[in-house]
Amino acid sequence: MKKEFTCIVCPVSCNLVVDDLDGQLTVSENQCKRGLVFGENEFRNPKRMLTTTVKITGSSVKRLPVISVDEVPKDRLIELAELLYKVTVKSPVHRGDIVAKNIGNTGVDVIATRTINQENKEI
Amino acid sequence: MDLVVIGGGPAGLAAAIEAKKQGIEKVVIIERDNTLGGILQQCIHDGFGLHRFGKRLSGCEYADNFIVEVENETIEVAYETIVLEITKDKVVYAMNSNEGIVEYYAKTIILAMGCRERTRSQAFIWGTRPSGVLTAGTVQRYINIEGYLPGKKAVILGSGDIGLIMARRMTLEGISVEGVYELMSSPGGLTRNIAQCLVDYDIPLHLSTTVIRIHGQHKLEGVTVAEVDEKRQVIEGTKRYIECDLLVLAVGLIPENELTRQLDIEIDPKTNGPIVDENFMTSMAGVFAAGNVVTVFDLVDYVSLTGEMAGRGAAKYIQGNLELEQDYTEVTPGENVSFVVPQRIRKDNLESKLPLYFRVRQKQENVKVIAKVAETICYQKKHRVVLPPEMLVEELDSQSVKDTNQNIVVNVMGGTL
Repeated sequence: MKKEFTCIVCPVSCNLVVDDLDGQLTVSENQCKRGLVFGENEFRNPKRMLTTTVKITGSSVKRLPVISVDEVPKDRLIELAELLYKVTVKSPVHRGDIVAKNIGNTGVDVIATRTINQENKEI
Repeated sequence: MDLVVIGGGPAGLAAAIEAKKQGIEKVVIIERDNTLGGILQQCIHDGFGLHRFGKRLSGCEYADNFIVEVENETIEVAYETIVLEITKDKVVYAMNSNEGIVEYYAKTIILAMGCRERTRSQAFIWGTRPSGVLTAGTVQRYINIEGYLPGKKAVILGSGDIGLIMARRMTLEGISVEGVYELMSSPGGLTRNIAQCLVDYDIPLHLSTTVIRIHGQHKLEGVTVAEVDEKRQVIEGTKRYIECDLLVLAVGLIPENELTRQLDIEIDPKTNGPIVDENFMTSMAGVFAAGNVVTVFDLVDYVSLTGEMAGRGAAKYIQGNLELEQDYTEVTPGENVSFVVPQRIRKDNLESKLPLYFRVRQKQENVKVIAKVAETICYQKKHRVVLPPEMLVEELDSQSVKDTNQNIVVNVMGGTL
């Protein structure tokens, strides 16, 4: 079975072809090793980084941007984002602080991507 | 002040840090927002900094890497301050609510104001003027920073990267995205963004289709879309009404050059930004420009690089290490190239490599980028495919252009080579 994917690892956006010969995957049309890994993953278990925001109190900034420290299954993105909407954190927060541990039992933590101190004021 | 940097986005941050590292003492960044980082602060998605940091960071993280350096280098920042005017003897007049008018006497200036989104009036859409018609960047700010959702059902006009990113973002936030409409016959954004923002979420992309009318008195009620032919004329019988309460405009970016024009700095009509040289110095000695003010770049990594070049240029200018008398050698777009940055160079000022940033006019496959001086090829590189939305960057060996006084012409050529 042959499948084609657009590689999303870098802006080159290679058009990968993944061929499955009895469970043995061959990736072609990739220009780098990262594309090879992406092609295999995309065929078997497509994953994405999750980026969204959570509520933050005690600061004039209303939302704290967050990111998953690793990729999570693509088909669970919306469900995981919904879990994060229930989270509220308190200012101050530092970049890298864990906002949600092992989100939805994926084994992946979600961390803050911005430092927000209480003195940050809104314009 | 040795250096006044106007704008604290990625270009300004990189420029200020680099100048400081080159030994420049008094550096100030003037920023109109209350935080540094510019538009990166609302770019919460990942994919930034693959070139520079070797990993995919979110926009906020990419900005933070630079902000930490600004703090470490003790660079002065004037927050919530807006520049009103720059005079030709390099006096910068700025304003904020605490101090009123502030004056900076600058030895060098780096223009890093970035760019601005095209609005509805620049896209010429007919109809009423209800609320609910917003640029993609505004929607991004509302959702990611201010924390509210500006609609329930959205139509996106324009398939540039910001439009695509917002299609995914709004879907994740529970706004239903009816579709992305693009006037041109090919998408405006990077292919990977079509894949991860539209295909992943089953959002349809309608090419050669545009919004021709906006409906609703106070609040947006819907839009009419229609297909267009090669001449961008509406094809009769293809009109369709779509009910929606949010129209997101991602119809292009324009370098923000009001201050540049005020200074009578030469503008390149092909980029709408100032003409710059190898150090990103403009036509006014001591005034440099960096980032999207020069031309709209695809990647923030390139914006940071141009900031650093301008920062180094400003340092050399102050230290008297910049040759200012030598005649310029022009760098001009040739076959299938719409513009080249920098537009001209002083050969004695070149570092070992000369990076050229340019775009093609049309999609072409199996091509070679060929830079020529007179009839001599000084650089060539093969590309499988070149597209207008994907900027090309080629680094010429400075030695290869040193021995001639003729223009450097950059061509993208297909066929049998």
